Amino acid sequence: MNLAAKDIRHNIGRFALTTVGIGMLLMVVMGMGGIYRGIVADATMLIDEIGADIWVVQKDTRGPFAEISRLPANLLYRVESVRGVEDVREFVFHTVQRDYEGSALRIAILGLSWPRDTGAWVSLIEGRPLVQNHYEMIADESLGLSLGEKIQLGKESYEVVGITKSMISAAGDGIGFVTAADALAIQFNTSGEALRLERAARKVRGENSDIGANMPILLEQASRASAELPAFSRPQISAVMASISPGVDPAQVIAKLEGWSDVSVYTSQGQRDLLLKGTVEKVRLQIGLFRVLLTIIAAIIMALILYTLTLDKIHTIALLKLVGAPNSRILGLIIQESLFIGVLGFGIAYLVGQRLFPNFPRRVILTNEDLLQLGMIVIVISIASSFLGIWKAMRVSPNEALS
Amino acid sequence: MKNETLAIATEGLSKIYGSGNTEVIAMQDASVGVKHGEVVALLGPSGSGKSTFLTAVGLINAPTAGRVLINGEVVMDGPRAMTNLRKFRRSEIGYVFQKSNLIPFLNAVENVQIVMEINGYGVAEARRRALDLLEELGVRDRADNLPSMLSGGQQQRVAVARALANHPSIILADEPTAALDSQRGRQVMELFAQVAHDHGAGVIVVTHDQRALDIFDTLYEMEDGLIRRAEHSESATL
Ligand SMILES: Nc1ncnc2c1ncn2[C@@H]1O[C@H](COP(=O)(O)OP(=O)(O)O)[C@@H](O)[C@H]1O
Ligand SMILES: [Mg+2]
Repeated sequence: MNLAAKDIRHNIGRFALTTVGIGMLLMVVMGMGGIYRGIVADATMLIDEIGADIWVVQKDTRGPFAEISRLPANLLYRVESVRGVEDVREFVFHTVQRDYEGSALRIAILGLSWPRDTGAWVSLIEGRPLVQNHYEMIADESLGLSLGEKIQLGKESYEVVGITKSMISAAGDGIGFVTAADALAIQFNTSGEALRLERAARKVRGENSDIGANMPILLEQASRASAELPAFSRPQISAVMASISPGVDPAQVIAKLEGWSDVSVYTSQGQRDLLLKGTVEKVRLQIGLFRVLLTIIAAIIMALILYTLTLDKIHTIALLKLVGAPNSRILGLIIQESLFIGVLGFGIAYLVGQRLFPNFPRRVILTNEDLLQLGMIVIVISIASSFLGIWKAMRVSPNEALS
Repeated sequence: MKNETLAIATEGLSKIYGSGNTEVIAMQDASVGVKHGEVVALLGPSGSGKSTFLTAVGLINAPTAGRVLINGEVVMDGPRAMTNLRKFRRSEIGYVFQKSNLIPFLNAVENVQIVMEINGYGVAEARRRALDLLEELGVRDRADNLPSMLSGGQQQRVAVARALANHPSIILADEPTAALDSQRGRQVMELFAQVAHDHGAGVIVVTHDQRALDIFDTLYEMEDGLIRRAEHSESATL
């Protein structure tokens, strides 16, 4: 006869509540691990999906995923001319936040190298890739935009022509894909008034300088758009992505590019590692510590619950000792109840988590490896937390059955 | 053969509770022998030390001094256990207490069954025999009830069944019939006597019930921690 089963059946309400409570706690522990996996997956998703072999970035920077990297747009053509480079794309990426239908809408704008890149590599759940070089957007479903919807960014409005899924920036914002030209237009959008003020300021600076006085033609030029002025830099891109021709050793291409004194070069894996070592590392530590704390708390709570459950059974335990039950039977009673709560709690955590986590704002990914690890931890804490109860049970004198 | 040695023998058992000002001498120099098949009644006023004596013999309350022998084997020498007491209690001793002391989350038959399982019976056999015992005690129809659903008398009969479950060589009962009507009380006493005679168990019963004393082979009386033999004829004056 299994005493634990009988006791649990007799006190079913109490065990159910305890198990649900422990289950919720374990669900949070489980969720923490899943959130971390989600962050890593989201962070590296873009690098993985975009499928470039090498990344050319501003000299001595760690690239656009770690810090600001600025390169002249014409670097694209310099890289393309290197032998062994099959294809180049500019990487233009920045985040905008706009009020949209009453709440803040954050869009990570990714510029596609039109016309080479129409976003055909983006897996669409609805709609189509870009078919013209302006005013079209593929939006991640998390942005909440629907097909055919128009959204105003900068001076233009963009029509959503495709919807994709799980395309998230490292910060968790949904990505909007537009052409690189549109992305730059959105990034460097300046209001008409600001432009007029800037031109007027330029003119005044010119008039006050000797050159301006000597060469009035310059003052005339100062009132033209900055992009048309040779003395002003053109809009800049964050990086150049290149793919290597088949059969060519990427190391050769990298060696060649590294000879240039204005750029640094990384492989995709290199960018990935830099990303994980940087921002994501702290998140990982943070969440890891939380997991450890929560696991300890779960263990303490379980220990206390099992201790009180044992206290309630002091009389029964004394009686079992009185009639000569061996310790194994008494320990079995406590440990089995503990495992019952732990294992069932884990099951509840899994079932509830699976329904709850998809509604979280960021991805929560439960990997089998993490689940297995947590399962082991649950078994260990179930057994460890019954020690307090066992310690108490071992001290019970059969005498106490008489009182 | 069992009959050659005493089922229970105590030699100069004493028990002192507390120390200094709060010291209570609950039992002094108690020397008693109970043969196999003998049924002994222990009489005496409340606080005279009867429970102290019974729990010392039952190996649940160590004496301060003196020895306890069961089936000729020294099991307690002063406060020192000379053997694995739990194993001894499991196989040799059956207890019934004033309070029924059933496990609250087990039903009547399971409360009896558990003792047999602890003693190595298979589940099916333990259950069958437990039901037989309940039958014998007239509570077979309550087999599936939890203790909380039973009356005090029914609980006590289940407790008696439990005490008999392991075929003990000694049975110790501390006012077992207090919760029973006199007819049921007498029945329980007769059952003890029957087990003693049929299985050669030594039985000690603490009782107040004057009307059932004829069932007992031997009477002992306790007063202020001192134990002495009494005669059936003088029991009326107790
Ligand atoms: N655990 C104990 N601690 C201190 N004194 C006790 C304890 N148990 C019993 N006594 C005392 O020992 C004496 C004998 O008690 P007990 O054996 O219970 O008597 P009886 O069973 O005859 O009523 C009483 O004076 C009682 O107060
Ligand atoms: Mg008493």
